[in-house]
Amino acid sequence: MSTLLELDRLEARYGPVQALHGVSLTVDEGEVVAVLGANGAGKTTTLRAISGTVSRSGTIDLAGKMLRGGPETAARAGIAHVPEGRGTFVELTVVENLRLGAYTRRDRQVKDDLRRVTEYFPWMEERGGQRAGTLSGGEQQMLALGRALMSRPRLLLLDEPSLGLAPMIVREFFRIVRELNENEGLTVLVVEQDARIALSISSRAYVLEVGRVALSGTSSELRDDESVRRSYLGY
Amino acid sequence: MGVLAFADFMQQVVSGLASGGIYASLALALVIIHRSTGVINFSQGEMATLCTYIAWTLTVNHGWSYWPAFAATILFSFTFGVVTHRVVIRPVERGNVLRVVIVTIGLLIAINGFVIWYWSGEPQALESPFGTRTFDIGGVVVSVQDIGTIAVTLGIVLLLWLLFQFTKVGLALRAAAVNPEEARLVGVRVTWMLALGWGLAAVLGAVAGMLTAPSVGLDPQMMQPILIYAFAAAILGGIDSPLGAVVGGLTLGVMLNLIGVYSDFVGAELKLPVALLVILVVLLVRPQGFFGRAEVKRV
Repeated sequence: MSTLLELDRLEARYGPVQALHGVSLTVDEGEVVAVLGANGAGKTTTLRAISGTVSRSGTIDLAGKMLRGGPETAARAGIAHVPEGRGTFVELTVVENLRLGAYTRRDRQVKDDLRRVTEYFPWMEERGGQRAGTLSGGEQQMLALGRALMSRPRLLLLDEPSLGLAPMIVREFFRIVRELNENEGLTVLVVEQDARIALSISSRAYVLEVGRVALSGTSSELRDDESVRRSYLGY
Repeated sequence: MGVLAFADFMQQVVSGLASGGIYASLALALVIIHRSTGVINFSQGEMATLCTYIAWTLTVNHGWSYWPAFAATILFSFTFGVVTHRVVIRPVERGNVLRVVIVTIGLLIAINGFVIWYWSGEPQALESPFGTRTFDIGGVVVSVQDIGTIAVTLGIVLLLWLLFQFTKVGLALRAAAVNPEEARLVGVRVTWMLALGWGLAAVLGAVAGMLTAPSVGLDPQMMQPILIYAFAAAILGGIDSPLGAVVGGLTLGVMLNLIGVYSDFVGAELKLPVALLVILVVLLVRPQGFFGRAEVKRV
């Protein structure tokens, strides 16, 4: 498998505060990789640095090409970032949210993709005219995922999708992500506090601690190592 | 007598709708910028005046006929709006909105000064494309000027609505206005969308200016009262609601016209204070206006 994403000594800062101190990681084509760690470990910042919403240094290669510039450029390069806290356009309708996902595309298959995406989320078709702000938290998270899919991403970034959602909905969400990965070969980099569920769908994982990679390995290794689980993953 | 009174009333309603269409256009310009940049553009009226002078120069000094001059002015105003955003607004856009407000007030003064310096303060006459003819519909005498004004303003509003509602760039414009961070993540070039919004707002202003000038005369202060009416209209309809701006503008136009004619006390001189009263009352009683809505948000 070829490497899709490669971060090399990535650093990021919020004003004077440095949040990442040289994070290096790779994601292969068609892989699901999890980034775990406690609050403030730099998980969200890692995703933000990749999509260019925070100032950064170090290099980010996407399919061998160096990624520069802001989020607009990252989106055009094929990165779909589902941010923490849903990230839907609450004032726009469900269909408008989905269409915005396809904003960077110039091909004519957007309609087909609308159909393809609503196959995963049948309710979106019936409620296409509803304003996103009136959806439940779980539905908004699904909509954010649907919108990301509309861009036909090469790489999907998921930031804490489980946050504030009922366990049943979290399971449903990750079931769909797994399905997308298996059926369509979607490459996913997921940041999660809920290590258990993240390890269950990923093949490899990185654990961050205060802006550095503390350890990494295959998900099954991490899951089976009790000392790792206790000291880093908290379950 | 009753029929006559009704005909007279309808005449006042129609001419109120014509002024209302003008208020609506400028109010919509204010709303578009408020939604995207988050401030009231105090220079909206002066930008419109400047554009109207361009139309005047083209028709009077260069002998253009009206509609080509109209089209050229629209193009100019769009460019003017975009450039104003890129050059003047964008550098101060981050941070405190007060900075932007102060810059738009500065623009008001600067553009007004430029217009007086370049074209002198003398009132000029801009021809009307619709002439001064009137016609009679069932006893109601209607001027072509009024009907034309209503048609052009509502036509532009309709075109804009179609643009916002049914095109990809319109969707991106709305997305950039309601949630710029998110819009960037889906690849929308937000700063260009904001500039585009300024361009469209300037076009609305130019249309309002060109339709105002034939009846009140073109001078550097021409749009200042209109801007107050547009404020009142936008606040009446809800400062974040494009539909509200249009309904508010038309309502205000008809209302002021009827008050001016039928109330001995108010008369034409007190229209402006009445508009200010409308602003005050709406802000006190229903700050979100007719169509503004309390934000729906779930976390």
